[in-house]
Amino acid sequence: MNTTVTSAARKTAPPPARGGLVQPMRDSLVIARRNLIRMVRIPEVVIFAVIQPIMFVVLFAYVFGGAIPVPGEPGNNAADYREYLMAGIFAQTVTFATAGAGAGIAEDMHKGLVDRFRSLPMSRGAVLTGRTLADLVQTTLTVVVLTIVALIIGWRAHDGILKAIAAIGLLLLLGYAFSWIGALIGLSVRTPEAATSGGLIWLFPLTFVSNAFVPTANMPTFLQHVADWNPFSSTVLACRQLFGNPDGLPSDAWPMEHPVLASVLWSIVIIVLFRTLAVRKYRSATA
Amino acid sequence: MPGAIYAEGLVKTFGKVRALDGVDLDVPEGTVLGLLGPNGAGKTTAVRVLTTLLRPDSGKAVVAGIDVLKRPNDVRHVIGLSGQFAAVDEYLTGRENLHMVGQLYQLSSRDAKTRAAELLERFDLAEAADRTTKTYSGGMRRRLDLAAALVVSPPVMFMDEPTTGLDPRNRQALWGIMQELVAGGTTLLLTTQYLEEADQLAHDICVVDHGRVIARGTSDQLKAQTGGERVEVVVHDHERIATAAEVLRGFGKGEASVDNHTRKITVPVSGGAKLLAEAIRELDARGVEIDDIGLRRPTLDDVFISLTGHAAEAQPDNGPDDTTSTKNEKNTKNTKNATNATNATKDDGARSSLGRNAGESSGEAAK
Repeated sequence: MNTTVTSAARKTAPPPARGGLVQPMRDSLVIARRNLIRMVRIPEVVIFAVIQPIMFVVLFAYVFGGAIPVPGEPGNNAADYREYLMAGIFAQTVTFATAGAGAGIAEDMHKGLVDRFRSLPMSRGAVLTGRTLADLVQTTLTVVVLTIVALIIGWRAHDGILKAIAAIGLLLLLGYAFSWIGALIGLSVRTPEAATSGGLIWLFPLTFVSNAFVPTANMPTFLQHVADWNPFSSTVLACRQLFGNPDGLPSDAWPMEHPVLASVLWSIVIIVLFRTLAVRKYRSATA
Repeated sequence: MPGAIYAEGLVKTFGKVRALDGVDLDVPEGTVLGLLGPNGAGKTTAVRVLTTLLRPDSGKAVVAGIDVLKRPNDVRHVIGLSGQFAAVDEYLTGRENLHMVGQLYQLSSRDAKTRAAELLERFDLAEAADRTTKTYSGGMRRRLDLAAALVVSPPVMFMDEPTTGLDPRNRQALWGIMQELVAGGTTLLLTTQYLEEADQLAHDICVVDHGRVIARGTSDQLKAQTGGERVEVVVHDHERIATAAEVLRGFGKGEASVDNHTRKITVPVSGGAKLLAEAIRELDARGVEIDDIGLRRPTLDDVFISLTGHAAEAQPDNGPDDTTSTKNEKNTKNTKNATNATNATKDDGARSSLGRNAGESSGEAAK
């Protein structure tokens, strides 16, 4: 502490950078790196994120599995349901990134870090983009582990590796889109705890009122419409088709007839909408 | 020419609360402005407006010649902010935190690394540089937070209650750093609830209450405004406080304030050393034994009380350690003026020398 603060240490502040997209990308990567370091130092978070879907696989495949018939499958046995189920579990897993992003950003607000970032000459969206990118890395890791578990219990992708990769791509895109919803939630609540529960609570109706776990044919008509137009259902059905898994005879609603296109469109709409809202919220964020 | 920090008519309301109710500020380059006031006075809101974190409802703000409302991002290049809470990532090491902040100030990764190493050295954090900041003490975190604010050696610094919650040793250390910064030409806006902090560091002081600047000037000007000297007496026996207060009221030109806990009575007077000697004789005649007596100039505490009608530091959310340490420091400081008189009060024989000693003490205080 005794070293003198000399004016020699003073560097003139760099001129404001106006580098188009370069600065936002660089800033986002700096923040993403920070969040990835945190992930490595708090491995519990990643471990729980991986365990949760495995638990769902076991619960649904072995506890409910035998009781849920899959339309269009003459055999009507538990093995069919496991094939049917996996796309649902995959999609549900990637949406849980929402809660992580929300809690992380709420914590940054709470600890005053968002104030620090907002006082720096950095791109306005970078704190959020960096966070969602780091979450995408975590989601990818979770999907890889889940794929291995799925293969162990007998699930297979039947139509080749390229289609399987395309399906994973749709899943990650959906997960990325949902983490922007999480970012908005994180900026809107007062505590990290609220962000965690607030980030999860709406995911249950969203993922259950869909084709993820049960065929929609048996739902009341109103719920069936909701399920058909649920963004979540489009991705699940797209994955089933790309994996060559039983699709449970979907209805003739538009998203169910063009699930891949619908899945991409939904994800883009969610990203554009929630990114805009979240960045606007960030600009005026007050801890 | 407006100063390095300039604000005119800042207003910010939150619901019905007028957090800023027409604040004007003008801080010349290379000086320190102390924004002094209790919690909720609007100090933090003012800092948030000036550091681009909050848009005021109306008013004008210019920092380093740049309009805060029109060109916020340009302002961010030339300011450093160190807030009430150490805003560092606790899962990153000290070095990683500074490296990140440097990059976000748009330094190259290599420059940011070099700068981080320099700052860690300068803030006595080199040994802990590669530990996560979760393991740091409160003082270390504050220093790291301050280092983060200094990454680009910004010409204008904002420090929002930088020493709140710090022990006296760490507080002294931070004061040293701030003084060095200002010596190097930095303009500093400092908010504080600690009167002696503003007294020590600030060239100019703005006293804020309820979103308004209620007084401004140098520490000396504010004290002069509050008026003359005070006689301060510490009574030996609790039972005699009332009697002593009655005696002193007779000499005072204002209300005597009595602190039963410390047995201290303070009363504003005019008349200096002669009056002090008379007060001692009268107290003695009434059989009041005293531990300490002295004449002192008003402190900023007195200024605050006379301006707002309430003490500045009677805030519920000050940590207990904190309050104690402040009090201790303050007591040391206050008794300094009275020291000369202290020993003389014990026995009657010392009376004659008393007036002289007290005279010296008041002369010293007047310097």
